[in-house]
Amino acid sequence: MINDKLQNRKFVIGGLIVLVVFIYAIRLLSLQVFTSSYKVLADDNAFYKRILFPSRGLIYDRYGKLLVYNRPAYDIMVTMKEISNLDTTDFCNTVGITKEWFVQRMNDIKDRHINQGYSPYTPQVFITQVLPDDYARLMEKLFHFPGFTVQRRSVRDYAYDVAAHTLGSIGEVSRTTIENDPYYKPGDYVGISGVEKSYESVLRGEKGVQILLRDSRGRIKGSYDDGKYDQQPVTGKDITLSLDVELQMLGEKLMQGKRGSIVAIEPSTGQILAMVSAPSYDPKLMVGRQRSQLFQQLNTDPERPLLDRSIMGRYPPGSTFKAANALILQQEGITTKDTRVACHGGYFVGHFKVGCHIHPSPLDLEGAIAYSCNTYFCTEFRAMLDSKKFKNIEQSFNAWRKDILTFGFGQKLGIDLPNENSGFIPTTKTYNREHGRRRWTSLNIVSDAIGQGEIIATPLQIANLCALVANRGYWITPHIVRSIEDGNIDPRYLVKHVPPIDKWYYNNVVEGMRQSVIYGTSRIASFGDSIVVCGKTGTSQNPPHKDHSIFMGFAPMNHPKIAIMCIVENSGFGATYAAPIASLMMEFYLTRKISPARQGLETTMENTFLIPNYGSKNSIVAPAR
Amino acid sequence: MVRKIQLSHLLDKWVILIFLLMIIFGWFNVYGASYGFHQTNFWSFEYRSGKQLIWIACAFVIGGVILLLDGKYYEQLAYIFYAAVLVLLAITIVVAPNIKGSHSWLVFGPVSFQPAELAKLATALALAKYISHPGFSLSKRQDVWWVFGIILTPFVLIVLQAETGSALVFMAFFLMLYREGLPGILLLIVSILIVLFLIVLPLSEVPIYGNVGSLGFLIALSIIFLIEIGAVVAYERDWKTARYFLLGGILLFGIGLLLQMSYDVLFNQIALILVILSSLYLIFLFIYKRKRAYIWIALFAIGATVVSFSGDYFFDHVLEQHQRTRIEVVLGMKNDPQGVGYNVNQSKIAIGSGGFWGKGFLQGTQTKLKYVPEQDTDFIFCTVGEEHGFVGSLGVLLLYALLLFRLIYIAESHRDTFLRVYTYSIVSIMLFHVLINVGMVLGLTPVIGIPLPFFSYGGSSLWSFTVMLFILLRLDVSQKMRFR
Ligand SMILES: [Zn+2]
Repeated sequence: MINDKLQNRKFVIGGLIVLVVFIYAIRLLSLQVFTSSYKVLADDNAFYKRILFPSRGLIYDRYGKLLVYNRPAYDIMVTMKEISNLDTTDFCNTVGITKEWFVQRMNDIKDRHINQGYSPYTPQVFITQVLPDDYARLMEKLFHFPGFTVQRRSVRDYAYDVAAHTLGSIGEVSRTTIENDPYYKPGDYVGISGVEKSYESVLRGEKGVQILLRDSRGRIKGSYDDGKYDQQPVTGKDITLSLDVELQMLGEKLMQGKRGSIVAIEPSTGQILAMVSAPSYDPKLMVGRQRSQLFQQLNTDPERPLLDRSIMGRYPPGSTFKAANALILQQEGITTKDTRVACHGGYFVGHFKVGCHIHPSPLDLEGAIAYSCNTYFCTEFRAMLDSKKFKNIEQSFNAWRKDILTFGFGQKLGIDLPNENSGFIPTTKTYNREHGRRRWTSLNIVSDAIGQGEIIATPLQIANLCALVANRGYWITPHIVRSIEDGNIDPRYLVKHVPPIDKWYYNNVVEGMRQSVIYGTSRIASFGDSIVVCGKTGTSQNPPHKDHSIFMGFAPMNHPKIAIMCIVENSGFGATYAAPIASLMMEFYLTRKISPARQGLETTMENTFLIPNYGSKNSIVAPAR
Repeated sequence: MVRKIQLSHLLDKWVILIFLLMIIFGWFNVYGASYGFHQTNFWSFEYRSGKQLIWIACAFVIGGVILLLDGKYYEQLAYIFYAAVLVLLAITIVVAPNIKGSHSWLVFGPVSFQPAELAKLATALALAKYISHPGFSLSKRQDVWWVFGIILTPFVLIVLQAETGSALVFMAFFLMLYREGLPGILLLIVSILIVLFLIVLPLSEVPIYGNVGSLGFLIALSIIFLIEIGAVVAYERDWKTARYFLLGGILLFGIGLLLQMSYDVLFNQIALILVILSSLYLIFLFIYKRKRAYIWIALFAIGATVVSFSGDYFFDHVLEQHQRTRIEVVLGMKNDPQGVGYNVNQSKIAIGSGGFWGKGFLQGTQTKLKYVPEQDTDFIFCTVGEEHGFVGSLGVLLLYALLLFRLIYIAESHRDTFLRVYTYSIVSIMLFHVLINVGMVLGLTPVIGIPLPFFSYGGSSLWSFTVMLFILLRLDVSQKMRFR
């Protein structure tokens, strides 16, 4: 009886077995069928995605000369778990480091606060970009140092030591960039300035990936599925700049020891032929291990060699601006070709005075441009502002402002380089703030007539004005990239911008600029008899410092091939430095040489050092390579 | 000749079939788990899959030898064998080298062996022999002491070897004792207390919605209160007293909800008041009606409440930090993939990534790349889960269930107490192994290093289970022969 009763307990035990299987089956179901996150976690565990870096696109000049290319650099890597019997002294000597540096670096690598992805089983960067000599020495002895390996990576190299600002440089990607663009991962190189930055997406190519299997300790166990899911990297596209590297070299030579800028444009296309900003630096300085130290040194240089003055420099355009005003004054019906204004050494109203230099008087429009007469433009500018055509000065000023903006002033032109400055054209608000609402007259703002006062322009904008005049009626947004391998340049660099100025008004300005070179302020700019040069000097006042010397010009007069602008800071009258430098540039571009008669001028310009106690390019001497 | 024909004829085909299936499938999983990427010669005995083949071959030889011996020897030699194993265990404590902190392995040159594996078999045989003595009864105090002694002596010796995991297996014998007449209420009460302990610990810090007390205590106290009501109803066979309890419960919680608007009321405290009041009422009934049952129910309620709270206290103040973290991880209290829970977390990832059908034989990345520790021994079930998915894992569980059912069937089909006790011992041990091993891999039970029978890599465990199973088969054959 009792035994029979106990026999029923087999059902309890059997039930217990069923219960266990049932609970575990539900657990299995929830883990394997209803939770998908474990698959992702498993993949993260097991698949190591080795990034295959594409080689970056090359950069050529307009005649196909190679400017920027890639060269291998070698990083020494260390795998901590594989180090054995290391002769530290021998190693340090071979690599060229001190023992203290070695100890410090090893500790930094192991410190997960500094080196977050540290694993003793995977290679960690020990030294980046070893010099070729050290590399060669190390390769011979590397087998003595188990745990140390060499990883090849590609860095930029430069065929010429010019155009550093335009070409730009590459550097390690910033945290913000990584957050905004998932393409980039920490440690990637990315264009950080110049063309390298603005054409980053073209030059960089596409990274490839190799999927490897990795065990629980981070050791690579082989390729996954024979590389079926691997992706090969896509090489970056090459780009051809519109820059003429020989012209650029000449420009940088002429500008050495000076502060300032040259911008040369092919007027018919808007392509930039040369773009000089002085002081400058050798682009090779921004590569390699010494980079951060040299960058720091350049960054604290008081002459600011890192600043690209051609697109970021803010200058009063001075008398070059008269060309712009001449166009507007004619279009508004204030000034005609034959309007004459007398000038006796300046423009005087009461206590107000704008000086002028000695020249024949009275002058017509062409003469006023040729001799750069301040009185002429002040008179005519005021005539426009006070014209009965307009209800009040705000209206007349706005009419003028509207026209000047169509020339590209007061806004970013949209060049394909980063950090362009917009310059400044004042508004009625500017004057209302300065003088009180409607409490200002044409006399208060008369310096706008001669490109002084509140007006600020970049060298690029002034060069663009010159191109507009050279084209007699249109401008194309200046740009530096001429063509892209297997691609097209941005269509906005093909659009003609046509300001609302009738075509024949340009001819009077061109004629004035021509006469300026024949008998006016720009005489020094003429070269050879076969090429007809037009030009306009300027003096950009910069109180309390010495005036900037400015010149803009183009050649040949008919069918111009080059429009150029040059500014030399604190060097005085436009004809002193800016005009000769610009004319040498034009001569070289058009004839590929400097005529023997003008080689003396070239030497003089080259050897003029306006910044005292300063290097030819900047404050640092480039290390010997 | 005749004997052999009889033997193969009388052998239980189901057990043999399931045994073979497990051995074969188990080997494939050891092969999958120890398979490396640069491994080309899979049959080489340098690799674990190759070695396991040798262990399997030996297991067949051992199984064959056992079948050829007469079944009566096991009963006759049970005590001597048991005594010999106890001596061996004692010697092991002294002689065994320290391997991962435990002194449980005897090393003879290339072969190492764990006497604790033998102890399970010896204890099963000794218990079978003692319980099958005529006149044995679990209601006799002396018999109970003896039985407990037979179980606890090897248990203590193995704990002294610092192999707590293997020692815990001996608790499984209580399931067999239940079949032999151990009062079921003991089993039930112990289970309830364990469950309460497991509920309060992980949930004691979890607030009830709206932050009105500890969820763990509320659940635990509610369970105690409901058991109280259930017990009263079962005893009185009437809902009269229970109705007061329920009414009181609703009233108290209603007042609590009302007071909640203006005061901070902790609902787990209301539940505590409820349990105390109801227990006091039961004590009053005991004094008034002189019925002992009331005082038992009241004492259970109070005891369970004390256990619930003491669990928390014990956990916070008695356990050492490493013990605490281990329990915390098992109970899901801390999400700490790089810390103590790493093993369990990786094993869940491996199993979870297997999906319904699995990744296929040798396709498991997690086990292959050694993310799961002890992947071919204690965590072999991971490989099953990753490479063969839900289907394979459930298949293995069902295979075990089938084997255990078949063993229970064999145990109950003869009127021989020795065979029955021995078989239930084997059933209990295997169930315990599967319960703990698979539960650990699934993150449900504590991480106790005991192998999965017939699956885990290693000779000791495979041979020990083979011997247990084949002795059982031999005893079955003997019984069948006797009553032919
Ligand atoms: Zn004048």
